Amino acid sequence: MTLDTAPDLPRAGFNFDNCRRNAALIQGGFKPPTMTKTGTTIVGIIYKDGVILGADTRATEGPIVSDKNCAKIHYLAKNIYCCGAGTAADTEMTTDLISSQLELHRLNTERQVPVVCANNILKQMLFRYQGHISAALVLGGVDKYGPHIYSIHPHGSSDKLPYATMGSGSLAAMTVFESRWKPNLSEEEGKKLVRDAIASGIFNDLGSGSNVDLCVIRKDSTEYLRNYELANKKGERQLDYRFKKGTTLHTTLKDLEITERVQVVPMEVS
Amino acid sequence: MSILAYNGGCVVAMRGKDCVAIATDHRFGVQAQTISTDFKKVFHIAPRMFLGLTGLQTDILTVRDRLMFRKNIYETKENREMAPKPFSAMLSSFLYEHRFGPYFIEPVVAGLDPKTMKPFICNMDLIGCPNEPDDFVVAGTCAEQLYGMCETLWRPDLEPDQLFEVISQSMVNAFDRDAMSGWGATVYIIEKDKITERSLKTRMD
Repeated sequence: MTLDTAPDLPRAGFNFDNCRRNAALIQGGFKPPTMTKTGTTIVGIIYKDGVILGADTRATEGPIVSDKNCAKIHYLAKNIYCCGAGTAADTEMTTDLISSQLELHRLNTERQVPVVCANNILKQMLFRYQGHISAALVLGGVDKYGPHIYSIHPHGSSDKLPYATMGSGSLAAMTVFESRWKPNLSEEEGKKLVRDAIASGIFNDLGSGSNVDLCVIRKDSTEYLRNYELANKKGERQLDYRFKKGTTLHTTLKDLEITERVQVVPMEVS
Repeated sequence: MSILAYNGGCVVAMRGKDCVAIATDHRFGVQAQTISTDFKKVFHIAPRMFLGLTGLQTDILTVRDRLMFRKNIYETKENREMAPKPFSAMLSSFLYEHRFGPYFIEPVVAGLDPKTMKPFICNMDLIGCPNEPDDFVVAGTCAEQLYGMCETLWRPDLEPDQLFEVISQSMVNAFDRDAMSGWGATVYIIEKDKITERSLKTRMD
């Protein structure tokens, strides 16, 4: 949409206005800033009646934990969810974008979208950006062809697997799957196995931590178990630091008034 | 040195019981040289919403202006006030548009929802990854110190008076250990029916 009075309305897509300036600054000796990463353990398995996805909930900025309870299992469609590892903003925005494309596709075709379709759109987008969008994904879902797990790498390659792990805790989680995964697990066994794989990432990998999130997708129902297990509860504080009123020296500048907009409805003229 | 630490400064926001607080320091410097001590990094952008921006000052002002433009377009089109939640969604997508040539800022949003009056706080990294915890958010050159202070002093359901003491003490003690921030601070407490602006007495070195 263009307005004559506002020709500066943002255009769709990425904006490269600052690239030259930023490159010059970095060349001038400044360090490039850190972005929020999800160090992450994310996993997915196929079990008897569908798929189970799992994720930890820690986001980091370098060595600092910037979010202790973030959600890494993203919604794509009613029957498809996707776990994301890598640069947090990239996984968030990529899955949001694909989710909206899948919904449009569903409305156009009037059919439930198959999981391969989500896999294709995702890998084609990531390949187009040649790995600059650093999103490592574990995609899982159930459609009329059965349950599927895909692991998608930032450069746009993907594998179709019965069990997959991604992120910095992928090795820790994979050890659990390699020793205990088998075909036709029951839902209880499956949840236990995924929980154990995530827990192994949480406790052995520094980039992963906090709680366990699960998402169980069956043939015709989905269950998002946010904070399925609180693996690391904060200790109970025995005493607290309570300040007396007036501890901090200050001057009250003003009590700002809250001005609210009054909406005027035009009168009907006969 | 990181570009985000070129001018110094910090912002913190906290959730209380039916209220939120947001605080900013006053320093504007160029590396070690202090240029101004009345630069507030927090902007009043809606009746019950504040936006705090830390990082490179030139980008702080640019981003503030660009966001106000988009917010005004939204309010003209929709004929209603922008709530904190959609505002941060807009901010997040604005920053992600500049994924490959980012603005060097870290934003903090604090406010009350105009309909439900529920407290809302949110921060992001420089490319717009949103983070909405239910305790506090920090940004700036002394973010690490602020994390430590807030983690010990904050507790759930703080009343406005207590929230003011907690956020002020967290802020003051955090930036006293940071050479790039300080030189006075301003705290805003946002409640349903009023906003109180207080200026803190701090070390000026």
